[in-house]
Amino acid sequence: MLTNELKPKDKNNSVRQKNIKISIRDLDFFYGAQQALYKVNIDIIENEVTALIGPSGCGKSTFLRTLNRMNDTIAGTKITGDVLLDGTSIYKNFKDVSLLRTKVGMVFQKSNPFPKSIFENVAYGLKVNGINDKALITEVVENALKKAFLWKEVKDKLNKSAFSLSGGQQQRLCIARALAIQPEIILMDEPASALDPLSTSKIEDLIGELRKDYTIIIVTHNMQQAARVSGTTAFFYEGVMIEFGRTKEIFTKPKKKKTEDYITGRFG
Amino acid sequence: MKLTIEKLHTASNITDQFKPKSSGIIPKGLTLIAVLIITSILIVILGNIILGGIGIISWDFLSSPPENGMESGGIFPAIFGTVALVILMTIAVVPMGVMTALYLNEFTTPGSKITRIIRIGINNLAGVPSIVFGLFGLGFFIGFIGSGIDSIFYDSGRPVWGQPAIIWASLTMALLTLPVVIISTEEALRTIPQDIKDASYALGATKLQTIRRVILPQAMPGIFTGAILAINRGAGEVAPIMFTGAAYYLPYLPHKLNDQFMEMGYHIYVMATQSPDIEATKPILYGTVLVLLLLTFMLNFVAIILRSKIRSKRLTI
Repeated sequence: MLTNELKPKDKNNSVRQKNIKISIRDLDFFYGAQQALYKVNIDIIENEVTALIGPSGCGKSTFLRTLNRMNDTIAGTKITGDVLLDGTSIYKNFKDVSLLRTKVGMVFQKSNPFPKSIFENVAYGLKVNGINDKALITEVVENALKKAFLWKEVKDKLNKSAFSLSGGQQQRLCIARALAIQPEIILMDEPASALDPLSTSKIEDLIGELRKDYTIIIVTHNMQQAARVSGTTAFFYEGVMIEFGRTKEIFTKPKKKKTEDYITGRFG
Repeated sequence: MKLTIEKLHTASNITDQFKPKSSGIIPKGLTLIAVLIITSILIVILGNIILGGIGIISWDFLSSPPENGMESGGIFPAIFGTVALVILMTIAVVPMGVMTALYLNEFTTPGSKITRIIRIGINNLAGVPSIVFGLFGLGFFIGFIGSGIDSIFYDSGRPVWGQPAIIWASLTMALLTLPVVIISTEEALRTIPQDIKDASYALGATKLQTIRRVILPQAMPGIFTGAILAINRGAGEVAPIMFTGAAYYLPYLPHKLNDQFMEMGYHIYVMATQSPDIEATKPILYGTVLVLLLLTFMLNFVAIILRSKIRSKRLTI
């Protein structure tokens, strides 16, 4: 509804005036002495898919991992600048990083289910966050699997190993697992890069559905995928955010020469 | 076409001439000889023990204490002592070893100075002769800790804890087998992919939760391997317990942690070297060696069964 109201105003193709969910301010990131991100400024809009594109090693995955502080697990990393989630600094104000990660879920490049049953995989996030009510867990697991379009395929074998699923199903299980903890934002790091075309299109359909309820940020190497699933796109090159804007605009009339070169396949 | 094929044939014949004719035979022969030597040595040892020991093994032999200066009777106290020693040792060494491995792998930066120093320490510990562990156990556990407890909590003048006892022997043995447990646990920890740990953290799990729910279950088979190796070592070593708790002969079974105990390896040593009539104790000696071997196999077997159960559970559930 909000989208419809705002559409007429969206004439000059600028980023639509919607709620800003995450706001990244002058973000610098270092692996030891090596700087990986330079003064990144982006406003991520609520309930929209933001695609991060750029050649390998350009810092887009690193950037994604700063949003749920996954880089904290890597020794010797340093960050300056700030990331604001609903106006609150996730680096200065979130003492409990677990709480942040329940708000900002993540799906990884390679499907990484735990060596546990399908049910236990989805229930894991609930259990580690102190939910022990069995009926509630069962309900949430079912809902999460339904949201991930996986319920029909697994409802009769919830106690089977997660490894008995196909690659595409495993990735949707990982999405269900992330959904179970009721995040507001979902980070996806090339979620379909290891999948066949059919599984990929299932994941893309799923992203299209999830957009209604979640803010999604997706790293992808696949231009067509970025164009298909995202509303806004950020182009990274050598740790610098070169261009950020409506996906349509980035792909049809990029403002920067570098962006155009990358999108037309002149490098990368 | 025909011509080229013929040419090819002649060509291959030519190269065949230059190949050493015996290629394959020499390495195969050498490796086969090595295998034959090893297996025949094993067969001779096992055969000798089985032939010499099988006759004396009976229910009586397994269930009664030694009599007549060990020239008759059984070895029950030694069997009991060995099992008790191994169990106490395992209880001590596995948690300590697993926690050390966890510290090295999960709580420190890999390759940092402190982990390298600790690793060097562990490797050196693995190379220390077992008699040195025995002397260390005597000096540290009995002379320092045991006597310390005595002087603080008891004032009877008679040693209560400051004397050779099964607890000190078990702890000494635990120190000896510690490197084995640490190294095999570390190997298991290293095979756990980072992306599974990442998945756990990304779901809001803390480090401790990740260790308990993801890392330890995955490492369990490796930890069991370490425990199996430790049990093997612990059931066979004599030197570490000679000064720290093993008794020449005891009329009763150990029933407190500060009791002394009889142990099969030590019993074998005593019968072979200290007995008044070595010829007379020979059949019992053979029987004891055979029982010790069987006991080690059995402890191993149980641990291997447990490990494979965990493994299959881990993969299918």
